[in-house]
Amino acid sequence: MKEFIMNKKLKIVVLAKQVPDTRHVGKDAMTPEGTVNRAALPAIFNPEDMNALEQALRIKDKTQAEVILLTMGPGRAADIIREGLFRGADGGVLLTDRKFAGADTLATSYALSQAVKKINPDIILAGRQAIDGDTAQVGPQVAEKLNIPQVTYAEEILDIQEDKLTIKRRLERGIEVVSSPMPLLITVHATAAPCRPRHAKQVMKYKSARTASENAIPEASYFLPLEGNEHLKIAEWGVQEIGGDENGFGMAGSPTKVKKVENIVFQAKEAKKLTASDSDIDSLIVELISNHTIG
Amino acid sequence: MANFYKDNTDLKFQFSHPLMGKIVELKEQGFKDFGKFDYAPQNIEDAIDSYDKVMEIMGDICGNVIAPNAEQVDHDGPVCKDGRITYAAGTQQNHEVLTQAGVYGLNLPREYGGLNFSMVPYVMAAELVSRADAGFANIWGLQDCAETIYEFASKEIKDEFLPRINKGDTCSMDLTEPDAGSDLQSVMLKATWDEEKQTWYLNGVKRFITNGDAQIKLVLARSEEGTTDGRGLSYFVYDKAWGGVTVRRIENKLGIKGSPTAELVFKNAPAKLVGERKLGLIKYVMSLMNGARLGVGAQSVGLSEAAYREALKYANERVQYKKAIINFPAVTELLAVMKAKLQASRAILYETTRFVDIYKAYNAISEERKLTPEERQEFKKYSKYADMFTPVLKMMSSEYANQNAYDAIQVHGGSGFMKEYPVERMYRDARILTIYEGTSQLQTVAAIRYVTNGSYLAKIREYEQMEFKPEFAALKAKLVAMTDQFEQACALVAGKGDEYVDFHARRLVEMAAHIIMSYLLIIDSQTCTSFVNSAKIYTNKSEAWNNERFSYIQQFNPEDLEPFNAVKSEELPEVE
Repeated sequence: MKEFIMNKKLKIVVLAKQVPDTRHVGKDAMTPEGTVNRAALPAIFNPEDMNALEQALRIKDKTQAEVILLTMGPGRAADIIREGLFRGADGGVLLTDRKFAGADTLATSYALSQAVKKINPDIILAGRQAIDGDTAQVGPQVAEKLNIPQVTYAEEILDIQEDKLTIKRRLERGIEVVSSPMPLLITVHATAAPCRPRHAKQVMKYKSARTASENAIPEASYFLPLEGNEHLKIAEWGVQEIGGDENGFGMAGSPTKVKKVENIVFQAKEAKKLTASDSDIDSLIVELISNHTIG
Repeated sequence: MANFYKDNTDLKFQFSHPLMGKIVELKEQGFKDFGKFDYAPQNIEDAIDSYDKVMEIMGDICGNVIAPNAEQVDHDGPVCKDGRITYAAGTQQNHEVLTQAGVYGLNLPREYGGLNFSMVPYVMAAELVSRADAGFANIWGLQDCAETIYEFASKEIKDEFLPRINKGDTCSMDLTEPDAGSDLQSVMLKATWDEEKQTWYLNGVKRFITNGDAQIKLVLARSEEGTTDGRGLSYFVYDKAWGGVTVRRIENKLGIKGSPTAELVFKNAPAKLVGERKLGLIKYVMSLMNGARLGVGAQSVGLSEAAYREALKYANERVQYKKAIINFPAVTELLAVMKAKLQASRAILYETTRFVDIYKAYNAISEERKLTPEERQEFKKYSKYADMFTPVLKMMSSEYANQNAYDAIQVHGGSGFMKEYPVERMYRDARILTIYEGTSQLQTVAAIRYVTNGSYLAKIREYEQMEFKPEFAALKAKLVAMTDQFEQACALVAGKGDEYVDFHARRLVEMAAHIIMSYLLIIDSQTCTSFVNSAKIYTNKSEAWNNERFSYIQQFNPEDLEPFNAVKSEELPEVE
């Protein structure tokens, strides 16, 4: 990215989600009923949201932008905000309200877009998709609701100018370089740079950052009071704070209804026998390329 | 996601030691930075929680970045071209991520961008890095140089160099020359004062310089023309940006291959004097050296840990005669003894570190105000302990790291001899540990005076006074008998001349070391069950090891030195 001093301080929102760690699945990951056993899976920062955070922090490195995390979830999702603060973000908002519960992507993006409007950022960054639902819908839906441009599958922000961003997209069959005016929403792909580690000083500075609800629980002797330490306050917003149509949130705002969950057991009945001959291997490669398994 | 700190509870245990509160209080001097720096702690609990959280970052980086890079770094190594060194790609990544994490300058004061941590977490970080890649531990560990600058350089030099450490500038310690290895008094690199330019200039050659192309160098040079001994040497700081130093070549080494070892040519390289003239070797390098030896102790423990884990994993996975090989008594014993040596090494590592922590803190306080008589006494006591324990730690932990790496290969059998498994790299990396920063033989020289003047014995008797749980009574009785035996061994050697003492020095120092390390394991066992098995194994082994040494000393007579001395006049026949 080229060195560039902005005339105004940019504001960036990173949309992040706390997800069950489906990549490290143990024996008890599923309940006997076939649903995800959330208790057995550690809750983590959605990996591609981490890539998005890194892109935001890189913009901050160059332009002194302010980076704010926005996440929707139960009280413990405040961990996501803290994780962001530890890695270099400046603040965070936790969207939490019983009325948000049971939201599908439509209702989620509605709540997020309402909160984004309130923050009024120049750039919104999000991971391409979350590892629990894999829909890749929330980012684009937020952009649509805000009626702003969106760039999906971003791998790197190449340049930032007063009025536009230049972005490299990682697509199935190559790369594409596009530019867009601000404000815009960008979803970031897993091939983008990994997120930087936690920063020792940030961790020490923000370790007692917490929401008002968390503040009600007994704390360690060294926790600084929230009163007078603005930087430690993690905002908690509910329906009341973000406003909007009450029927658009949570279960009420979710047209998606899960009819049935089926367990799929992979079986080896489609096995194919190959000899070690060059021709057999060649035809296998051709087949795998043509059905997009590789390449 | 691996985490080398969280997967090893023996590390966090160190933060619960009774001396930790005192250490933190001394280091934070009334928590004066609280309110001044937004990351400074307000009390002991806060500081220790920060140690824990930052070690978690170290454990994450070591487990997920440095360790996965180690094999490729060992294979690629650094490259020397046009007088400059380029690290292997993995080394560069390791350094970058650590810089991003803001962990360089761990124990530097906050005013210089550091975290103002005590030595205990600093040493722990070195141990973690070494477990991931012992070679990279050198590049990490050379931030020790900042400590020397902080302790001895002028304010101007401190302001110029120290803030750069946290931002990722690396250091080197340029001491060794072709004709000055263990004997640093022979250093020849010349420092000349240019009256007109008001600058020192360095000319000469340095050899075997770890991380030789660093941005910040501390250089030992002869500033006093016509002198030939240590009193003519001064210490200088050099900035790579000033020019005048080129890398002639880098060494092709047996191990720690990712860490560049350079031969350097100084041609009119400008430099600044650190501290006072003529104190270079006799004061500053000696201080730096003790820090470096503590560093090698940490490196050794980290490598031992890595070797033990590889061996344990393999012994559980490898099946022969229809059972995992760990179930064969010969393999079981190998592993249990490896673990005992590892935990004993770690016990003396942190015991020594605590002593260093306390005396260094008093030292820092004495810069600002006069110490009270009680403080002065404490300072003296702990600096003596640090001097006594450092050579024993360095020798024992590095020897055990080698033994553990050797045994880790043995557990792997033929597979361990192959490049597919990391134990062969560990075996090669371990080999330097008993050599650099003073060979085991030199550590013995440093330690023997504390044998002959009764200091180790007194410290051991102090441990003996401690209260232990009843189930440790038998082990303690053993150690008391071993201490009597050690005292007797010292008496047998005394009064028979320097040569006689020197001949038995290693045996005597090891006897003391075995007793001390057994006690430390028993002490840790009082509060944590993790050490109980090793305490038993190590004490019993020590008893046998000491019996062997005692028996040799007991039956030895002055005339038995003769056949040894014969080797000095040995002439091998030349074949035409």
